[in-house]
Amino acid sequence: MPEPLLEVDDLSVSYLTDAADIGAVDHVSLNVDAGEFLGIVGESGCGKSTLLFAIAQLLSPPAEITSGRVVFRGQDLVRLSDSELRHVRWRDYSVVMQSAMNALNPMKSIRAQFKDTMRAHERWTADAIKTRSADVLRLVGIDPEHLDSYPHQLSGGMRQRAMIAMALLFTPQLVIMDEPTSALDVVAQRSLMTQIKELQQQFGFAVIFVTHDMSLIAHYSDRVMVMYAGQVAEIGATASIFQRPLHPYSKGLLDAFPSVRGPRRPLAGIPGSPPDLGRPPSGCRFHPRCSEVMAQCATVKPDLIDVDETQVRCLLYTERLRDAV
Amino acid sequence: MRYVTRRAGLFVITLWAALTVNFIIPRVMPGNEASAVLATFRGVNPAALHALQIEFGVNVHQNLALTYLQYIANCFTGQFGLTAQRVPVVTEILGKLPWTLGLVGVSTVIAFAIGTLVGVVSAWRRGGRLDGILPPLLFIVATFPVFFIGLLLLYVFAVTLNWLPLSSNYSIGATPSLSLSFAGDVFTHALLPGLSLVIVTAGLWIYSMRNNMITTLAEDYVKMGRAKGLPSWRIMTDYAARNAILPNLTGFAMQLGYVLGGSILVEYTFSYPGLGYLFYTSTTDHDLPLMQALFLVYTLAVLICVLLADLLTAGLDPRTRDA
Amino acid sequence: MSTAAITAEATPLDPIASARYPSARARFTRALLRNRKATAGTVILLIVVFAAVFPGLIARDDPQAAIYGQDLGPSWQHLLGTTQLGQDVFSQLVWGTRLTLIVTVVVSAIATVISMIIGVTAAYVGGLTDRSLSLLTDVFLILPTLPLLIVLASYLPPGTVTMIVVLTFTSWAFQARQLRSQGLSLRARDFLAAARVRGERTSYIILAEIIPTMTSLIVASFLGLSVFVVGFAAGLQFLGLGNSTELTWGTMLYYAQQGGALEAGNAWWALAPGAAVAFLGAGFALVNYAFDEIGNPALRPVRKRRARTAA
Repeated sequence: MPEPLLEVDDLSVSYLTDAADIGAVDHVSLNVDAGEFLGIVGESGCGKSTLLFAIAQLLSPPAEITSGRVVFRGQDLVRLSDSELRHVRWRDYSVVMQSAMNALNPMKSIRAQFKDTMRAHERWTADAIKTRSADVLRLVGIDPEHLDSYPHQLSGGMRQRAMIAMALLFTPQLVIMDEPTSALDVVAQRSLMTQIKELQQQFGFAVIFVTHDMSLIAHYSDRVMVMYAGQVAEIGATASIFQRPLHPYSKGLLDAFPSVRGPRRPLAGIPGSPPDLGRPPSGCRFHPRCSEVMAQCATVKPDLIDVDETQVRCLLYTERLRDAV
Repeated sequence: MRYVTRRAGLFVITLWAALTVNFIIPRVMPGNEASAVLATFRGVNPAALHALQIEFGVNVHQNLALTYLQYIANCFTGQFGLTAQRVPVVTEILGKLPWTLGLVGVSTVIAFAIGTLVGVVSAWRRGGRLDGILPPLLFIVATFPVFFIGLLLLYVFAVTLNWLPLSSNYSIGATPSLSLSFAGDVFTHALLPGLSLVIVTAGLWIYSMRNNMITTLAEDYVKMGRAKGLPSWRIMTDYAARNAILPNLTGFAMQLGYVLGGSILVEYTFSYPGLGYLFYTSTTDHDLPLMQALFLVYTLAVLICVLLADLLTAGLDPRTRDA
Repeated sequence: MSTAAITAEATPLDPIASARYPSARARFTRALLRNRKATAGTVILLIVVFAAVFPGLIARDDPQAAIYGQDLGPSWQHLLGTTQLGQDVFSQLVWGTRLTLIVTVVVSAIATVISMIIGVTAAYVGGLTDRSLSLLTDVFLILPTLPLLIVLASYLPPGTVTMIVVLTFTSWAFQARQLRSQGLSLRARDFLAAARVRGERTSYIILAEIIPTMTSLIVASFLGLSVFVVGFAAGLQFLGLGNSTELTWGTMLYYAQQGGALEAGNAWWALAPGAAVAFLGAGFALVNYAFDEIGNPALRPVRKRRARTAA
């Protein structure tokens, strides 16, 4: 079996504030193979965006990686120096953020923002830059005449697609996306997702896609990781997670999204709200809100264990495993 | 374009407000200073005398509105009357203008350059022991009254060390000329007043610039610049500094009023015979025409700078161009 | 009422969690007490207030008594020397504190109140009222303060009341913009919609709902304004346009300048009142700075744990 493209090993991220150190990401491990589409889902505040930025080495103080490795194509990004890291950035992996209005420099034209990226990495001739800029815009369905536009002159959907075009300037092997469709209406969302999937199939890059909307990635992702309170709750093939969710939280998430074609049933949310990561619950972090909670869930911290092809962090399965042995 | 029109409108309205303040105050304030002053004017240029009468409402037997319009017209034609010394106000002001323009102009440019550079760099390099101490220190120095700094500098460099002159803009007995020695003389005289202004102004600008820069650095597009692998200096200038300065250019220009006020105090402290010192002597001499004209000059100076800043913003910030 | 509004937003809906989650106000006060700048600033302010309230405990001499030797340097009998007329400088400095502080506080307080009413009304009522009030504010902000002060003070009879009036007139606009922005961001909040639905009058909403929620910003505005009022008051008096017959730090500066203190070598007389003004300004500035930091966490000093090292 070939080496995974990305190997996140026991990664932890904390926010080091004057008052206390808040653990946003707690010993998360995950792998992404070449060309794979991994979706990361979870509620707001579960640490998924922090995890994403940690992987991309884009954390800002007071956030810091406190342990673990991020091995990308054999190199641990965490240990690289700034100049070594700059070499890898955008060429081998790129980032698409949530709001293009905020992520694109409001004072530079699209053309200028493409140009400074290309210039930063290689010596391109002016013509080559022009050609490449026009090409990537066409890839996402934008007329190259918009190269001279400023971000505020484009519509929301066009802006997001321009951001994706920019991410593909060097056809990297991994594109990390932080809720790129959240700022769009439902129709634009679907259209963008389809576009992303087509581009992925065309160029073969891997995608890590963070979202709070499980249904969005159901058709597009190969594997899904469910995050809760900074930890991996469940991770496995999309089909398995959607058809046979193991973790009570995953079940709760799926129950919250009605099916268009299925029978009508009352919507069930997950009671309570995400915990204060400064003082997480004892034992299993999900136990205060869990519908299948057991006595030992308040004291025992569950590990991530394999159940068939899926990995899940829940004492329901730890028991079964022990009983089976 | 609408942005520029709106700002030009503000310019006109503020100018109108200043002119009106000058018109209303003599008529509204208690006492009849103005009539007492004007009563002493005899045998002078009748046009100038008439202009003063209109401005101060002395011996004017006509409709108030008409007087007001005449007053505005006078202002636009430069009829500001005479000083207490029977010299045309305009002549007096134009004579002293270059000295203040030189002092304040050069100081402000230097202070702005220092302020921007230090503010940008200090925001870029967060962390370290300096980060907690330097900003409040600068802020405090910026809030020191400018005359205190002036007096302090005077005491150290002029009185104690005797390195620099105590007052005035050039030595007594020196004749103004275009020679190098005169220029040097002017320079040594302007050094301490200029330094006082630079210290206070730069302190203020470093503080504002740093705050703006820190806020800008938290923006997503700066993070994006890092993500794209751009070199540090390019992110600092192209993505951060530019976006921190430009939207705040007008705000910076509006702080000019504070700087000009400081320059009046500095000129007084150093007996530097520019417009500020003239302003001071006009109050001790009860020279109302001169005083009110100087108020207009200072207001106009701020307005012009603000308008320039607005035009620059409109020209360079793509968002306002389309607004 | 409004305190409940603050705590209601700060705590999660989970009743178990709310027990261990302090209100926003409590967290703020705790942060303020822990901030070193706030402590330093508060100490300075307390010293000044003490000198203003109990000057007799610190300086025995009658500040106006011109009975000592003239232009004396510092000594044990005269900590800061004497003036040209033979008055004890230290006494003058201490006894002058009271009026200086009173003028500063009164001007800042009134100006902040006016600023607040105008800013919040503009924000809340919106439309033409907003545009006219904002225009008024902008005009006052552009008009250069000291020149306007000079013109106004020259026409009015000299005295403390005149000073207070002209200073307030020229400084109410300083904070109006920030208060308006804060008012704008609050306008859409739920507790205001609730008040509107209850049928409360606009003036009630502004006075009883919005303003109490903005308390920390109002205090910060007051402090920020005080920094500059101290300087402008002193500047005006320095030029002789204040209340020269009364004893304040600014009038001390005026007499020192008129009496040629620096040239005569009497540095203490010339510098001490200026230093005092700087001292008080610094006190306000430090506490204000601490407020800024707490309100905007991005401004707080950054802890750098480790630098990036090569592999």
